[in-house]
Amino acid sequence: MSDRIRNLSIIAHIDHGKSTLADRLMEYTGAVTEREMREQLLDTMDLERERGITIKAQSVRLSYEADDGQEYQINLIDTPGHVDFSYEVSRSLAACDGAVLLVDAAQGAQAQTLANAYLAIEAGLEIVPVINKIDLPSADPAAAAAEIAAILGGDPDDVLGVSAKTGQGIKELLDRIVKQIPQPSGDPEAPLRALVFDSYFDTFRGVVCSIRVVDGRIRKGEQVLFMATGDKHAANELAVSTPRIIPITELSAGEVGLLITGVKHIDQIRVGDTVTLVANPATEPLEGYDEPKPMVFSGLFPSDGDDFERLREALEKLQLNDASLVWEPETSRALGFGFRVGFLGLLHMEIVRERLEREYNLDLVSTAPSVAYRVTLTDRSVMEIRSPQDLPDLSSVVELEEPYVRAMIIAPSEYIGTIMELVQSRRGSMHHMQYLTPERVELIYELPLAEVVFDFFDHLKSRTRGYASLDYEPVGYRVSDLVKVDILLAGMPVDAFSTITHRAKAVMYGKGMVETLRELIPRQLFDVPIQAAIGSHIISRETVKARRKDVLAKCYGGDISRKRKLLEKQKEGKKRMKMVGAVEVPQEAFVAALRVDTSDR
Amino acid sequence: MRPDSARLADLAGQWRSAYIHIPFCARVCPYCDFAVVAGQDDLVQRYHRAVISEIEMSDEWGPLDAVFIGGGTPSRLPPELAGSMIEALDSKFGLASDVEISMEANPEDINATSSSAFSKAGVSRLSMGVQSFDDVVLRELGRQHTSDQAQNAVAAAQAVFPRVSIDLIYGHPVETNLSWEQTLDLTLALGIDHVSAYSLTVELGTPLSRAVTNGYPAPDDDVQADRWERAAERLEERFVRYEVSNYATEQPCRYNLATWAQGEYEAFGLGAHGHRGGIRTRNLRRIDRYMEAVESGKRPLAGETVVSGWDREQERLMLGLRRAAGVITGPGGRRVLELHPEFVKAGIVKEENGRIVVVRTLLTDTIIREVLTMPPPE
Ligand SMILES: Nc1nc2c(ncn2[C@@H]2O[C@H](COP(=O)(O)OP(=O)(O)O)[C@@H](O)[C@H]2O)c(=O)[nH]1
Ligand SMILES: C[S@@+](CC[C@H](N)C(=O)[O-])C[C@H]1O[C@@H](n2cnc3c(N)ncnc32)[C@H](O)[C@@H]1O
Ligand code: SF4
Ligand SMILES: [Mg+2]
Repeated sequence: MSDRIRNLSIIAHIDHGKSTLADRLMEYTGAVTEREMREQLLDTMDLERERGITIKAQSVRLSYEADDGQEYQINLIDTPGHVDFSYEVSRSLAACDGAVLLVDAAQGAQAQTLANAYLAIEAGLEIVPVINKIDLPSADPAAAAAEIAAILGGDPDDVLGVSAKTGQGIKELLDRIVKQIPQPSGDPEAPLRALVFDSYFDTFRGVVCSIRVVDGRIRKGEQVLFMATGDKHAANELAVSTPRIIPITELSAGEVGLLITGVKHIDQIRVGDTVTLVANPATEPLEGYDEPKPMVFSGLFPSDGDDFERLREALEKLQLNDASLVWEPETSRALGFGFRVGFLGLLHMEIVRERLEREYNLDLVSTAPSVAYRVTLTDRSVMEIRSPQDLPDLSSVVELEEPYVRAMIIAPSEYIGTIMELVQSRRGSMHHMQYLTPERVELIYELPLAEVVFDFFDHLKSRTRGYASLDYEPVGYRVSDLVKVDILLAGMPVDAFSTITHRAKAVMYGKGMVETLRELIPRQLFDVPIQAAIGSHIISRETVKARRKDVLAKCYGGDISRKRKLLEKQKEGKKRMKMVGAVEVPQEAFVAALRVDTSDR
Repeated sequence: MRPDSARLADLAGQWRSAYIHIPFCARVCPYCDFAVVAGQDDLVQRYHRAVISEIEMSDEWGPLDAVFIGGGTPSRLPPELAGSMIEALDSKFGLASDVEISMEANPEDINATSSSAFSKAGVSRLSMGVQSFDDVVLRELGRQHTSDQAQNAVAAAQAVFPRVSIDLIYGHPVETNLSWEQTLDLTLALGIDHVSAYSLTVELGTPLSRAVTNGYPAPDDDVQADRWERAAERLEERFVRYEVSNYATEQPCRYNLATWAQGEYEAFGLGAHGHRGGIRTRNLRRIDRYMEAVESGKRPLAGETVVSGWDREQERLMLGLRRAAGVITGPGGRRVLELHPEFVKAGIVKEENGRIVVVRTLLTDTIIREVLTMPPPE
């Protein structure tokens, strides 16, 4: 039986057409009728549909009758393409035996093409290279094929061209999948071992685990043991997604499906865990994964202090579907009670914040994101600092370290100079450079994470007219000459505005921040001095002059209700202000640091 | 009584007034967002009949202490039509013996002949839209008249009307300190008895607002604050400021004073707003709909709002605080003082003789915003 199963992921750089290709495959194999089809069907979250990106990987079972007359079960796992979610890619890959590497015929290989290809190679997967979007007038399939061949080895002529838009080449692709991707290798007679490669929370079913059965079989109703946690549960339901959820009674070696145990809390299930049978347990678990590590941290505070509990509940609910979300309570003198939340990256942060506001109807103030610093104290103890507020007095600090990343940039070679400049202004250094073709080059740098996560990609794109792509991975901590820059409003330091930055950038940062705040903070009834300081040393200063005029010239003859409405509306706008001492500060001021550009110089 | 007397300010709340809106203008000025129409003078007669019918279909009331014919440009009306509207008001409501009948006029329409005709029609006070005595500013404001024309028109009006007022607009980006100073000089030299000086406001949806969005310079708050202060200083040589933007030698504009005292008024014509029996009404704002409604015997109402209880108290303060005389403290005033002691401490308002008075006039809306959103006392 398992000789007719193929488990694979589609991996690609963002927007190269993974979700669209999944649509075509589902359509071609009849998984969905044309009437049910809507674009990027597997992107089910509202946010995914709005932004046109995939956040959560989805798996779907297709059946395909190949030319040999045999019916094949193809388990397809759609994966996200954004660097913030790359850990989802590795998770998916662990459940696969092969991968379709998709490359846009007009764009060629990009940073995530390479990053994902390397992940697939590391996972020992068979890779089927495919060029997509051959229908585009600007398509250059031959060049893209040459690039893929340069990365994977092999003959460019063997690379298949398809159009996920028109459906051209879809049958050929299915045939290659059947032929090239190996059948799953597990032992159906051995004790059950199934890998939990994903989980999500469903209001009706509770926690749903996506599993890949490696050895043995699992039947509905059996008692199962989660080997890492030691928890025992009943396999209340088994199902497959086609993408409709279809209940089944058994999953056996090589198959991918859904396991529902009645567990209500996602933190009771560990992704990467191995499921076995209580009755006949396996001795060795499968190799699991590392927990995704948050890269950036930001304070999230309810605008209305009374919403603190609601925010906690909302975070808990979101975590049901997003195990990468971590948080701890944080108190700010300026913003009250809230949480320090860890995110995989800025996109993840934006998405979480947007979901909290939208789905849980919260009005939030977030503070400027920061990375986690490592501090060695005089007593040799080491602590991790996730918020600038937590930085201990420097007299007790021996050493400060910041996280570094290895960044991979792929760009047309004419941009090497400008990229180099940008990287240097971000305290980066060149590690490696390789021409993929005479026109395109792969550059590897090491940079501080703090210099990359925020606006590096925007700058990179604008300097290369959008032609550069970026991927990065953490490479550990490096000692760094860091200082804390405090911002004072009307003479009072505002904890939520403090930032840790490299000494060489502190003045530029302080100036930028003070200027940005001067623009954002509205005039008040009194002068508001804004200062940036390192310790007691003031490095920049501006003043928001007192408001002088706040009155409408006319009272509109007899039209009283109109003026009334206007003033009431203006007052509504003021509700979105936070009182910091006696100063009204608009909420966006707390992320003003994101607008400060320190890349030049 | 001085124009800013507290007794007068409160008394005005007892007056009965009527407002008539005349929407016709030669052209629409780029900053204006009043209910106006341009190039539709062929509708004047029909509109006039509609207003008369609207007056006739209203409820019994009166007699009237104040009438205000505003616009748009009422001076575009043939004077006899203005006269017959005043007559219609008289026969419906009666006019008090000391009634004040004000009318707005644009300088280009006013000369010796038109002045005496409007006077004969019953108008007792003329309010002229001079806006500035600087031709550069006038042109930039899109006005149809020059400074000289305005001065001649004012002189012609003064020869006939015992009371003449002018409107000024300050703070346009092309206006300079010197230009404003000269406008103030001329204003003081004219011998008129009333001035309204408004800061140029960029009203949403106007051509000016679109221009500003596209990069045309917006008026500057600090400059406007300077100009307001300068106006207050200079005009006090001859006038008394009795409201944020209004100055009089002796008598304020009665109708305006009544509206600020939360008084009652009937309103007729396109887009006109009335206030009777605790209800604020507003008329249809489109001229065809307005006339059709009246012609089919219906009241041309677009909507009405009952203003009662705490809403009414908040409104009383919102209106009264604009006056130099301030407003009787009352429950609303006590609530503001209780919730916002900082306003008194910062010297923005004061309480005196049972009244709340805004001291820093330019910050009036800072106070009013709080007044309008403060919860009632428990
Ligand atoms: N012309 C053309 N456009 C395509 C093709 N495949 C995908 N697209 C478009 O490329 C964009 C990104 O596709 P999507 O499937 O969301 O990419 P993903 O980010 O890799 O999942 C969408 O606008 C698709 O409609 C193709 O074969 N031809
Ligand atoms: C209702 S208007 C009509 C007066 C007359 N049609 C005229 O324009 O001369 C009354 C006054 O409001 C003032 N005004 C109108 N729009 C304004 C604006 N956007 N900003 C400041 N004042 C304005 C002008 O001073 C004008 O004279
Ligand atoms: S400002 Fe006066 S003249 Fe100009 S459009 Fe408005 S009402 Fe008419
Ligand atoms: Mg997608």
